[in-house]
Amino acid sequence: MTITENTTDSVDNGVNVEALLGARAALTDAPAAAAFTWTADCSWVSGTHSRTTVAGFSGLGQQHERPATHTVDTDHPAVFAAEDNGMTPAEMVLAGLAGCLTAGVASVATNRGIQLRSVTATVEGDMDLQGILGIDSEVRNGFNDIRVRFDIDADATDEEIAGIVAQSQKRSAVYDAVTNPTSIVVES
Amino acid sequence: MSSRTVTCVVVGAGQAGLASSACLAVRSIDHVVLERGEVAHSWRTERWDSLRLLTPNWMTRLPGGGYTGPDPDGYMTAVETARFLDRYRATIAAPVECGVSVQRITTSDEGRFEVETDAGVWRARSVVIATGACSDPHVPAVAEAFRPGTRHLTPIAYRNPDQIESGRVLVVGASASGAQIADELARHGHDVTVAVGNHVRLPRTYRGMDIHWWMDRVGVLDERLNDVDDVERVRRTPSLQLVGSSERRSIDLNALSAAGVNVTGRLAHANDTHAQFSGSLANMLRSADLKMNRLLDQIDEFASSTGLADEIAPDDRPGATDVPAAPLQLRLDDVGTVVWATGFRPRYPFLPDQWLDSRGRLVHDQGILPVPGAYVIGLPFLRRRASGFIDRVGVDAHELCDHLLSSTLASV
Repeated sequence: MTITENTTDSVDNGVNVEALLGARAALTDAPAAAAFTWTADCSWVSGTHSRTTVAGFSGLGQQHERPATHTVDTDHPAVFAAEDNGMTPAEMVLAGLAGCLTAGVASVATNRGIQLRSVTATVEGDMDLQGILGIDSEVRNGFNDIRVRFDIDADATDEEIAGIVAQSQKRSAVYDAVTNPTSIVVES
Repeated sequence: MSSRTVTCVVVGAGQAGLASSACLAVRSIDHVVLERGEVAHSWRTERWDSLRLLTPNWMTRLPGGGYTGPDPDGYMTAVETARFLDRYRATIAAPVECGVSVQRITTSDEGRFEVETDAGVWRARSVVIATGACSDPHVPAVAEAFRPGTRHLTPIAYRNPDQIESGRVLVVGASASGAQIADELARHGHDVTVAVGNHVRLPRTYRGMDIHWWMDRVGVLDERLNDVDDVERVRRTPSLQLVGSSERRSIDLNALSAAGVNVTGRLAHANDTHAQFSGSLANMLRSADLKMNRLLDQIDEFASSTGLADEIAPDDRPGATDVPAAPLQLRLDDVGTVVWATGFRPRYPFLPDQWLDSRGRLVHDQGILPVPGAYVIGLPFLRRRASGFIDRVGVDAHELCDHLLSSTLASV
């Protein structure tokens, strides 16, 4: 893996590409260290309101603790007869997708020597409520279609921007999690 | 068992082994080429009936020989390729021993190689591994999830559409093999779904010239390892989505859709009743279009900077790939056959484990193994982008034989 000096020095998107590439090289030689486990703890508050915290995770062969715990509340809006104490879990998925793709855009742009000025993403997910309400068993619970619209202001051609957006999808954990099946075991 | 001594043993008498032989001969390095079957064995036995080379005939230049027939712009069939290599072997008088299967290569304390075969032992100061990049068709683990009774075919076992019984066919992969087989099956009336992951879209011709003519001229094929960011990634690039045909047609996904093939996303999962496909198809199509247009832009720049632009046809680049509204699930109860066009892996059962990495890949630097005197040739992007092409294997062979002469043989 080589990237030329002037490519990375001339842009500052707040992404430490050297560190990412260093990690990539190190993990190529030590694949076991690449095994990460992310952990989230969720507590029911009331009604459809729950609170999820994340603190530790494991990876690089050890357990890591963050300096601060991150907390997010999920709930449902008033039309669901709920108190709207937070975004819906389904919107959390959209937020995760947008956050993951946008982080990818910044990383890929920096690696390609492209200075970003602004990046916004608008995500829409279509859902047919007949699924989760059990009205029609042929209707799935989850999103039928998701659309992401990026608006990117950068020192780059339209083609280069399209290339960055395409590459960010190829390297996105959440994009993969949403587009491909994942085995899930739920115990109680 | 008999034991014979030679300076260099070449394993495999396909294009890479024969080109190596020609390059050894002009350097007066005595050698033998050991071939498990006949010359061009896999071209004779492991290719489907309609397969033609992806490169035009003129682009089969080998050291001391090349295509000289009447149809330089045509594409050889596998049988013609085997005949071509047979004639090449005769032209260069390559010392090929056919029907000799290499069983084990070991090194002695004196830095010599012992090549054990089913017909005796060869001792040599150098070995060149030229067994090809396509020893084993790669079939992903998801294949095991299909219900019993499903017929699984790889491109090596596929011959022609008559081999497939009625019922729907799922073709996994849309690079050269998958696109060609899906197209052929659909044209013969089969109901075909093709699962599309990462792929390389190219038009067969651009501005009136074969796409390989352009890549040859522009210099793309000669890009060296230093010219790319990530060699391992480039080495994993899928084969070009092309077909050799007399009408020089393109075989991109728009063409497949027009031929009635159902185009869907990468195969993600299967169980007894359904196959599930990734929702990433739109990005796969967009990425392939972007990369194709980048190459065509490069060609346009080359054409205008060299003054060709006024002499050739205007820009006739194909439009964007249509994103099909493909269902992400396929009921498997009427799918009789799955074709796994999911790439190939080289295999080296006769080499010491220490020569291979944890994934069974040969450890080498541009074809030069860490074991002095040992070389590999004929793998994709071994030394240059087109190292896997018949047309460029001779260039690699010359460079590796120079290394062999100046380093291995000079050091004794």
